[in-house]
Amino acid sequence: MKNGSAYVSMRDITKIFGTVLATDGMNLDVEKGEIHALLGENGAGKSTLMNMLSGIYIPDSGHIFIDNQERKFSSPRDAINAGVGMIHQHFKLVDILTALENILLGQRKGFLLQKKEQEIEIRKIMEKFHLEVDLKKYVYEMSVGEKQNLEILKTLYRGARVLILDEPTAVLTPQETVVLFRIMRRMKEQGCAVIFISHKMNEVMEIADRVTVLRKGQTIDTLKKEETNPQELTELMVGRPIDLSIKRLARVTDERVLKVSNLRALNEEGIEVLKGIKFDLCAGEILGVAGIAGSGQKELCEALAGLYPIKEGEILFKGEDLAGKNPKEFISRGISMSFIPEDRLGMGLVASMDMVDNILLKQYHHTKGIFVQRKPAATKAKEIIKKLDVQTPGIDHPIKNLSGGNIQKVLLGRELDSQPELLITAYPVRGLDINTCLKIYDILNEEKKKGVAILYIAEDLDSLLGLCDRIMVISNGEITGIVDARKATKEQLGAMMLGKKEDDYAV
Amino acid sequence: MNTVLTVSFFKAAIIAGTPLLFATLGEIMTEKSGNLNLGVEGMMLMGAVVGFEVGYVTNNPLLALVTAALAGAIGALIYAFLTVSLRANQVVSGLALTIFGTGFSGFLGQGLIGLKMSEGFISNFQKIKIPGLGDIPWLGEIFFNHDILVYFGYLTAVILGLYLYNTRKGLNLRAVGENPAAADAASVRVTRYKYTHILLGGALCGLGGAYLSLVQVPVWQENITAGRGWIAVALVIFSAWNPYRAILGAYLFGGLDIIGFRLQGSGIVISQYIFDMAPYLMTIIILVIVSFKKDIKNAPPKALGEPYFREER
Repeated sequence: MKNGSAYVSMRDITKIFGTVLATDGMNLDVEKGEIHALLGENGAGKSTLMNMLSGIYIPDSGHIFIDNQERKFSSPRDAINAGVGMIHQHFKLVDILTALENILLGQRKGFLLQKKEQEIEIRKIMEKFHLEVDLKKYVYEMSVGEKQNLEILKTLYRGARVLILDEPTAVLTPQETVVLFRIMRRMKEQGCAVIFISHKMNEVMEIADRVTVLRKGQTIDTLKKEETNPQELTELMVGRPIDLSIKRLARVTDERVLKVSNLRALNEEGIEVLKGIKFDLCAGEILGVAGIAGSGQKELCEALAGLYPIKEGEILFKGEDLAGKNPKEFISRGISMSFIPEDRLGMGLVASMDMVDNILLKQYHHTKGIFVQRKPAATKAKEIIKKLDVQTPGIDHPIKNLSGGNIQKVLLGRELDSQPELLITAYPVRGLDINTCLKIYDILNEEKKKGVAILYIAEDLDSLLGLCDRIMVISNGEITGIVDARKATKEQLGAMMLGKKEDDYAV
Repeated sequence: MNTVLTVSFFKAAIIAGTPLLFATLGEIMTEKSGNLNLGVEGMMLMGAVVGFEVGYVTNNPLLALVTAALAGAIGALIYAFLTVSLRANQVVSGLALTIFGTGFSGFLGQGLIGLKMSEGFISNFQKIKIPGLGDIPWLGEIFFNHDILVYFGYLTAVILGLYLYNTRKGLNLRAVGENPAAADAASVRVTRYKYTHILLGGALCGLGGAYLSLVQVPVWQENITAGRGWIAVALVIFSAWNPYRAILGAYLFGGLDIIGFRLQGSGIVISQYIFDMAPYLMTIIILVIVSFKKDIKNAPPKALGEPYFREER
């Protein structure tokens, strides 16, 4: 057996889930003091491979060497003892405990908690890696960025020298990403091996030293960043030549479909979350909505679909005020919302049901009689599979077993099937790989061509700038400006997201 | 009312609350590990009958108590195997355990009905006045002039409180109940923690049952717990999974349990059935109140009722 000289060396790793070959003889070498990116489409096996390196999954065959010593991990404990720690996409933190308690969890140092003594030790690590964490704060009070810093601190405290970050930027704001990258560079300077799983090409090009590309459970190649470019990496990842540019179609009409004015809404605590929102939207237009997470995007979406109670304001849809009407009336007028929350399945689809049942959910009130008619829905499911290229073993397969991108396609396909005139879509490409993203953009452009008005809520500024006609920025429940996407810059949007108003919107 | 709310009433409330306290503490420990064991009633009955049988035959109080706790733990072991190892539904497994325990105690207690513990045996549980504390007016008599198991109840609650909130193992246990995946990633042995605390919880339930059959009413009667196990399950919610608050809850319900007799004794005529309903009515009222005030610190362990499987995708 080849004993790689790299600090971390994974050889011929194979893992099978049921009948699915998740990783098929994968290889990976990572050195100390480097940031190594793992690039691959959804389902390429990135997370599975890393879960085996961190002891969560046990490989069916293959060898793992750390510092030239073969290791067999049967639990995360074994991995951390060998100095391998993983920061998961879904944080493994206990909400009702403080930061400090979360760090102390699972440690075997004495019977009592001895918080004071441990705190000194933890503060030393924070200083060394320039990490900032409020140790007394409860996790449920923390922002996503804070939680991530805590996860990193926790892993370093356990003596990790190999850190695996599983899509760490997927849930971060651009500002938080900057902080994360600073910490990652610091870890590299301190001699850690950092493995960075991502499919955001610009981030990989910014931070990685070397990139390993995975595709369909196999290692395709490892490249030095300086010697490659996004185009080449994408083609390796997808396995065929691909055009990376996002197409922006010209608008066809100026017919105004939606006019929202002075829209106000309160949340459960009685705090105003929408503060006088005012915009209009034309047929065949894609209006982007940018903003830091939690600025009121979710409330806006739901208010426009009749799901969120509004305090005052008008929602004029083709001249008819829909404010205060119930969701069914919104739907019957051709307004469709596909909101994809962070966990993708929370709203819109029922995870344990198959495609047909999920389609029926939205259609039941069109059917007559008390019995469901599965046949038309089954036909529709097959159409969606074909039209949107959904990868699924069949229409009877539970939705939850599909990959994120395919779930997104099912959701979007179902919404488009009702032939809406207004489509509200939030984060449709969240967590998806480039190939699927492009597919989704194509689908949206297709609808635009048909004259559908689209409200497109997203966090990725590149896609907003590339796809939309105009971009509306909201900050803290207020619109700070609506700009022409052809002329806007990222810096301008960033400033507006943080609350800087465009001249027209200054009070 | 003055003839009802006397020192002797409050004292009796403590005694009536003691089986509830043991069972509630046991269930808190179990639920803190993320497992909802509705078999409390069954485990209490198993402890009650085994304790009585062993005590009656051997006349050895320590042996009776230890075997009672063991019986409760064995009941809990069945439940733990089903829910932790086989990941069976916790509610159904717990209910099955209650039904099994009821049958088990009925079967074993067939020949014991009406039998009474010997005077010699009962004298092992006579009142011990704590020097100093026992001399405090009113309170001394109410709290510090009891049999040894009442004191053991106090001690268990305090030890469990310290364990949960001040030790590493307690921290790990809370994490297992809140987020087993997080605990697992932090190299806590989730399965071992679940088994240990479900078994210890069962032992406490068994002990609670034994207190009933050996001390409180040292005569065997069928279904001696009469629903106290269910009250204990509700008391866990009442006490917001906090052992210190469990003391308050258990003695409050102990009081409710006996207030009927007292009122009758003082000549107030209210149907006994009303009083039999009182603890359960109170339970319903408390559940309603608790559901209104949602507070993250008083919330149930987040992973309560959910099986944990590491390789789940």
